[in-house]
Amino acid sequence: MINIASLTQPFARERMERQAPAFLLAAAVTIYIAIALSLGLTRFLTPEAAISILNRSIALGMTAAGQTFAILVASIDLSVAHLISASAVLASVIMNGEPSMIVPAILASMALGVLVGTLNGLLITKLEVNPLIATLGMSLVIQGCLASFYTSFSGSVPSEFQFFAYGEVFGLPFSLLVLIALVLLAWLLLRFTRFGSNIYSVGGNRDTARAAGIKTARVVVAAHIICSLCAALAGLYLASRLKSGSPWIGSEGAYDLESIAVVVIGGTVLSGGRGGIWGTMAGVVIFSLIDSIFNLAGIDAFAKQVMRGVIIVAAVAFYAVRSKRMVA
Amino acid sequence: MTEKAVKMTDTNLFAGKRRLPQVNPVYFVLAALLCAIALSNPNFLEPTGYMNFLKRAAPLAILAAGQIYVIVSGGFDLSVGSVITLTVVGSSMLLDNNDDATWWVILVMFAIGAAVGLINGLVVSYLRVPSLIATLGMMITLNGAAFMWSSGSPRGYLPDTFRFFGRFNIKGMPLIQFLPVALIVLVVVGLALFWLMHRTNLGRLLHAVGDNPRAAQMSGVPVERIRIFAFVISSLSAVTAGILLGGFAGVSTDVGTGYELQAITATVIGGAQLLGGRGSVPASIAGALTLAAIFTLLNFIGLPKPTRDVVQGLILIAAVVLATYRRNRTGGR
Repeated sequence: MINIASLTQPFARERMERQAPAFLLAAAVTIYIAIALSLGLTRFLTPEAAISILNRSIALGMTAAGQTFAILVASIDLSVAHLISASAVLASVIMNGEPSMIVPAILASMALGVLVGTLNGLLITKLEVNPLIATLGMSLVIQGCLASFYTSFSGSVPSEFQFFAYGEVFGLPFSLLVLIALVLLAWLLLRFTRFGSNIYSVGGNRDTARAAGIKTARVVVAAHIICSLCAALAGLYLASRLKSGSPWIGSEGAYDLESIAVVVIGGTVLSGGRGGIWGTMAGVVIFSLIDSIFNLAGIDAFAKQVMRGVIIVAAVAFYAVRSKRMVA
Repeated sequence: MTEKAVKMTDTNLFAGKRRLPQVNPVYFVLAALLCAIALSNPNFLEPTGYMNFLKRAAPLAILAAGQIYVIVSGGFDLSVGSVITLTVVGSSMLLDNNDDATWWVILVMFAIGAAVGLINGLVVSYLRVPSLIATLGMMITLNGAAFMWSSGSPRGYLPDTFRFFGRFNIKGMPLIQFLPVALIVLVVVGLALFWLMHRTNLGRLLHAVGDNPRAAQMSGVPVERIRIFAFVISSLSAVTAGILLGGFAGVSTDVGTGYELQAITATVIGGAQLLGGRGSVPASIAGALTLAAIFTLLNFIGLPKPTRDVVQGLILIAAVVLATYRRNRTGGR
């Protein structure tokens, strides 16, 4: 779609879109600190508290990092939640308490991720199925397959593998380091490689990208594989954290919709081509800060949910309202 | 989206009118499924069999008939499931087992539904939040509100005057023995929504907005108002579905869960095009009945719920693949 406003005022608009997530993040941090100070709860302002806030959203962060790729190519992935469950169950069933099976289990989860991502990508590119429907269908298929074999906690994770969720390196949680590494990798990929710039071109305008000689189908499939791999990794993390694979862990955490919400709050446009990984991470931190703020302020769980819905919409509206683009 | 925009440039806005005589394949699929059900379970041919089927499918069909308005206008409405939940939970709280309150409670529920649709529409049109996110936010908010209203534990029953719509059968009808009130509601709502979308200017504007919002705006269509209208219709249909569901399901905070995706699936099976511009009310109702028929059939065959999920997923994808194939083969869209 032609964006007339962005043609006339490209720089101001771009700066706005880039800074909006930082702005929201700053606001969330300020509110958090203000509430902690006003309630005299200074123990929630230490570095340890900050790390524990971050630590709460590792799985969401991993999933959202992958979702960023899918949304950047103007696609979307609704199958991540059930893929997370499937990956967690698969890994813990294969490990079954045996330290020697850790590597095969990780490989199997990753293979599952590649498989699901490839199928999603092929459905979207070759069969031209709307991404929303393709991944929704895939999500139902994964859920059904998983539920017909496993109905409760299955397998167990050896204590060595629990290092992923509970281990510490240099005083920082290992999982947080993994997330940071993942984000750095994603950033390098998006910022400095040809693949990264192809992603932005394909997401910005698929026809133009194809005319420019980019193999658009491959880029979309690759983005979906990355997305599914990240979800599989999140599944491994959750298996390690719960010490066993639970077939409802992904859907219970609503990782599909939450990861999309986080990506959009981070300033990545749903129609693709604009945004980035740092915005998404800002979104993830904003999300866990909102939770912490509610906990500090002692708001009850239901009111929390109501406000959460309002905040998601308000945060997106915060910069969407300026856009002259037509949205659907 | 850009692909769509390019393809759309050569499309006549009123092409849908000329295509009407073409028969949508969903009707054949539905007929085939109903035959299959009848073969696997002869009881289905008895009035109790097919009437109960229609009764149970009515809420989803009404929901799909409302959802198609938003889909045709180019958006999604994910909040309908939570509107159903809010309707059921809210009614049970307001009624408080008082039979006489039914009428005003139903009015209050429709007012709440209209407000929800209005907010959805305003947020999408004026705050320019993508409908996926706007209605997702609404879904989270309303689910939370339903919990808050009932303090987490809704009361277990609704009075019979309220359950009349979903549960009551008019006895002693010739030929069909009995007629469920839910079916009458479905027919009335379906006809009204059909008329509104396919026989009025408003429906034509709705298609225009979904097909190419910018072109519609430039030709003077009040895009914002049309969009808001679509969301209001969708929410009102969700309230109607909620009242019917309140009749045969118990009161709980997850009555509506999953209905939003089923409604979207139904419209897609009915041949609607996501992101707008194409779709029809009767085909969406047929899509909903198809979905219900698939579930019934799988139930008769004795497949467990997980297998049903797999089948639903595969059918969803297959329906879209077929629709795309048909469009590509016939040229144009």
